[in-house]
Amino acid sequence: MSEILLSARHLCAFYGATRVLHGIDFDIVEGSVTAFLGANGAGKTSTLRALSGMIETTGEIRFGGQAVAGKTTEELARLGIAHVPEGRGTFSRMTIEENLQLGAMSRKDRAGIAADIERVDGYFPRLRERAHQQAGTMSGGEQQMLAIGRALMMRPKLMLLDEPSFGLAPLMVDEVYAILRKLKEDEGVSMLLVEQNAAAALALADQAYLIETGEIVMSGLAQEIGRDENIRRAYLGY
Amino acid sequence: MELVLSQILAGLSTGGIYACMALAIVMIYQAIDHLNFAQGEMAMFSTFIAWQLLHWGLPYWLAFFLTIGISFVGGVLIERIVFKPLKNAPVLSHIVVFIALFAILNSGAGFIWDFTIKSFPTPFGTTPLFGTLISSHDAGMISVTIIVLLLLYAFFRYTRVGLAMRATAANPESARLVGIRVGWMIALGWGMAAAIGAVAGMMIAPVVFLEPNMMISILLYGFAGAVVGGLTSPFGAVIGGFSIGIIENLSGFIPYVGRELKLTIALALIVAVLTVRPSGLFGRVIVTRV
Repeated sequence: MSEILLSARHLCAFYGATRVLHGIDFDIVEGSVTAFLGANGAGKTSTLRALSGMIETTGEIRFGGQAVAGKTTEELARLGIAHVPEGRGTFSRMTIEENLQLGAMSRKDRAGIAADIERVDGYFPRLRERAHQQAGTMSGGEQQMLAIGRALMMRPKLMLLDEPSFGLAPLMVDEVYAILRKLKEDEGVSMLLVEQNAAAALALADQAYLIETGEIVMSGLAQEIGRDENIRRAYLGY
Repeated sequence: MELVLSQILAGLSTGGIYACMALAIVMIYQAIDHLNFAQGEMAMFSTFIAWQLLHWGLPYWLAFFLTIGISFVGGVLIERIVFKPLKNAPVLSHIVVFIALFAILNSGAGFIWDFTIKSFPTPFGTTPLFGTLISSHDAGMISVTIIVLLLLYAFFRYTRVGLAMRATAANPESARLVGIRVGWMIALGWGMAAAIGAVAGMMIAPVVFLEPNMMISILLYGFAGAVVGGLTSPFGAVIGGFSIGIIENLSGFIPYVGRELKLTIALALIVAVLTVRPSGLFGRVIVTRV
């Protein structure tokens, strides 16, 4: 159970010449949910982008026992890293159905793909109702669901979720998180979750890391971090 | 009336060629955000390859399809060798390379096959059809372009690779995140654009005759079609190309304009559309949040 799926050692990341991550270390346990919490600009999104090969990095990344630093975004996606990006990355002028099909683009098993569309529709009944609607016409919450659904179509080993609660109404946040919890419990999907909404993230996560200006300042069990009032006041603001 | 109708049909047949060139331009524009000035020269070079194959005695349709294949591979190679390394280069670098490609293909064709005008055969003959309404070559040309356009539509609409190419054009970053090999999709786009251009070149060559500069005015009309229809809309480019063909032919009826000012009409149309509707008739206005 406690096999390590991904580990990063002395991970640095750069936008051009600017270093935004200053040598962070972390592990993601298979089947668990890991949360990265921190303020705006702390380096949460950069961490995800580094793991997806979208920005320059140095340091070591091991995924499923394989050194993957320096691989391209496409290769990492094909290895099983499904990144649900900031802004959801919807193909907005395509239909819901086409968006889901695109998630399965690296797979060849037609029967499996059809079955997975059924499975995703099971989690997100709203998507089934609108299969032929243009994705860009849906609400933010629905687009977030579509982005998660698209990632599921990849049969990922690890899902990277960039602020799934961003810009959503509180009720919609609850709905999205309820689905993530279900995915965790039913399918054991490993997730790395980046959030400003610390309360929602900590309720779902097993492990949590606090990140501040590109460095990890604290890590531990999500439950304990959520209970510690000083941490909450200092870093999480609730 | 008969004259007008026959002019419209003639306009449709050359319009189909403009539509193909416009579509080739839009495909590459969607993939790399730059206008390929050398699109016409690529088509011209392909047509010379077809001429060479025919000269060696190959039957027409074999040479036709072989040329499409060779052009496809050539387009992919141009992307892989020349444009892939330029991926993040500034606009001016791209423009310089397009001009270089233009000059190399143009003078290369002149060097290999020399600049004398050659005739190019048509597989459809030149007999008049329906009275004198349309020549059989024009009718064949319309049919071939419509078949090409329908095949492309089916490819983009119903195949997985077509879907992946559309996704790449729409949102390359998201396409990468679902594991689409974006670089190869762009190369494929170049290959297809080159192949479409080859068809256009082989269809128009019997009309304008084969020589290294034969595609220059055709490409201008193609650009006009693409701009009128909207550079972000393949459908618009096709409609734009056909419209330019018809307008070009009908402009002969405007008093004082005549056939000599045909090209001017196309250019005036570009200016007019860009002034009134910069995104083209079917193009999408790109709104950027800052």
